[in-house]
Amino acid sequence: MGTITEIALVLLKGIKVTLIVLVFSIILSTLIALIAGLSRSSSNLLLNKFTGFYVEIFRGTSLIVQLFWFSYALPGLFNIHLGSDIWAGVLAISLNYGAYMSEIVRGSIAAVAPGQTEASVALNMSKFQRMRHVILPQAVRMMLPEYGNYLIQILKATSLVSLIGLMDILYYGDIYRSTHLSDAPIVYILVLVFYFILALPLIAFTRKMESVSKKGVAQA
Amino acid sequence: MTWSWEVFFEVIPIIFKGMWITVGLTIVCYLFAAIFGFFWLFMDRIPFKPANWLFKWIAEFIRSTPPLVQLFFIYYAWPMVPVIGVSLNPFSAAVLGLGIHFSTYLSEVYRSGIESVEKGQWEAATALNLSTSQKWFKVILPQAIPPTIPMLGNYLIIMFKEVPLASTIGVVAMLHLANDYGAQYYKYVEPLTVVAIFFLILSYPSALLIKKLEDKYNRRFDKKYVTES
Amino acid sequence: MGEPIAKYRDVHKSFGEVEVLKGIDLDIGSAEKVALIGPSGSGKTTIIRLLMTLENPTMGTIEVNGKNLWHMESKNGLVPANEKYLREVRGDIGMVFQHFNLFPHMTILENCMTAPINVKKESKESARKRSLEMLEKVGLADKVDLYPNQLSGGQKQRVAMARALVMRPKIMLFDEVTSALDPELVGEVLEVIRDIAEEGEMAMVLVTHEMDFALDIADRVLFLNDGVIEADGPPSEIIENPKSERLKDFLSRFTSSNGNHA
Repeated sequence: MGTITEIALVLLKGIKVTLIVLVFSIILSTLIALIAGLSRSSSNLLLNKFTGFYVEIFRGTSLIVQLFWFSYALPGLFNIHLGSDIWAGVLAISLNYGAYMSEIVRGSIAAVAPGQTEASVALNMSKFQRMRHVILPQAVRMMLPEYGNYLIQILKATSLVSLIGLMDILYYGDIYRSTHLSDAPIVYILVLVFYFILALPLIAFTRKMESVSKKGVAQA
Repeated sequence: MTWSWEVFFEVIPIIFKGMWITVGLTIVCYLFAAIFGFFWLFMDRIPFKPANWLFKWIAEFIRSTPPLVQLFFIYYAWPMVPVIGVSLNPFSAAVLGLGIHFSTYLSEVYRSGIESVEKGQWEAATALNLSTSQKWFKVILPQAIPPTIPMLGNYLIIMFKEVPLASTIGVVAMLHLANDYGAQYYKYVEPLTVVAIFFLILSYPSALLIKKLEDKYNRRFDKKYVTES
Repeated sequence: MGEPIAKYRDVHKSFGEVEVLKGIDLDIGSAEKVALIGPSGSGKTTIIRLLMTLENPTMGTIEVNGKNLWHMESKNGLVPANEKYLREVRGDIGMVFQHFNLFPHMTILENCMTAPINVKKESKESARKRSLEMLEKVGLADKVDLYPNQLSGGQKQRVAMARALVMRPKIMLFDEVTSALDPELVGEVLEVIRDIAEEGEMAMVLVTHEMDFALDIADRVLFLNDGVIEADGPPSEIIENPKSERLKDFLSRFTSSNGNHA
């Protein structure tokens, strides 16, 4: 029987990979969501349709399938090697959640009251200025709580990278469990607790944003 | 390794067999989650504050930790738990694991439905001297349920896309078959692409349907309608 | 009155199947104060929204300060206006809305400063100075650091006016600016409009239901009915001595509530 501390120390070895995948996925998926959300709000039909296609493909299939696809299929098919599997994991998670989150970007932009656009036209702002100074600042406030929820989803999704061999928290848990079968309950409870501790700041962020988001916004 | 149409067409029927398991598992998991979702609601109504608080955090814990780990816990760890531990086959473990995970989301949907009914409706029902069950069945639920239908539909689709997690504990559905084929012939591209296509074929039209429902209920239950009536 | 600041020529506007404006011909003088009255659905608001380029006409032309609103000159004759051209024309026009449309994420002062800084590329100091002047004029100099949701409806509408004035428009449009206000707040807003009108140099078009007010400050009243201008003349003629039955009928609805003009 291993002690709780012994197991925790083993799991701790995986926290670096989990955090790397988490942080890079958050950055990349946020960028993708903003770009795709703005494209889908644009009046340029080609850009709009093309982004729509990307969003539907990635929302329509499953993240775990995409992850395997990026990790096994992509290198073979196009001879693209992402260098390390970390990038396959980050890319799959970011493209998947970028697609989901682009919908909240689009939805929030659409939810800003039309009077706001009219007032900025009356003040002679350009399309870009309207977006930059009036619409986006309000849309961002509106999307923050849901954004927080997606950050928690992304954290949960990082556990999938253990399936493509990345040595994250769950990976070390699985390894330990395979040699100490009877410790399985403690191992997985600890793994869950580790994830929950990582989730706590994200939960707090989401709660805070729920109160912030209602201020300073003219909703349609 | 290059793309081969021959392999592509060869794996379609193989993956297709797994599709029914995926769909079936989705439905069973969903029903389990839908029923278990009420559990959290009832726990919330126990007239004992510490119990409310405890269950709220248990639900939060389940919601914010990876379903994959929960699945492993139920499949690998539960049998090792002294006294109450039982061995489950992969299918039941998946139903339990994914079902409990998503029940914490569905209970939030139920809650939002109930909260969406204005306070005035309760007051009006009381003013008309309706009994508690009449209040719920004649006034509150007929208004609380319709707006949740699109959300419930969305969770069905989300769950459908989470079900392939079950392949990791050995449920032989689409993803599992694709990985088996890949391991056997060292051909991953085609089977994984076929799985992706199957997912798209099933989930995209469902998503469109949900969108339609959503528009319909938004029209019926938009804010104007509610305040004017 | 010199060259008109705005010219409408046979302007039609349809929304889907419904034709809201059925041929509007109208010249607005460079310092004229015009009141637009008429039953709801008669197209009053559409007339000024067309001028602000918030809608485009189905047919006909509109000129502002000698420039066509929706078409610009090019080597191939008139072509549809591009964004750059539109912004050049819009620079002469300001508008105040029924529902204020203040920017909720900016303070009162920032609401006023954002356009001069970003659109006109003025320096922060000069934008600030001008904004404070205008806020003083509408009587809100002590509220500059508050956010819109901390103000009453009347105060919001005064901010909206200051925000439009900062841009020094040649013509300013008022779209039922008092209809969303509680009755006791209407006075303070009308007072500010009166002050602006008395300064004189700017053209003003007001869509309004305040007949007394129209009578008081307008040089000219237009009665709009069913998408056409049915009557056009000085207020003494239109409001005090209405000729057509429909106009009489329309005005009588206001007399009954106010009881102070025939």
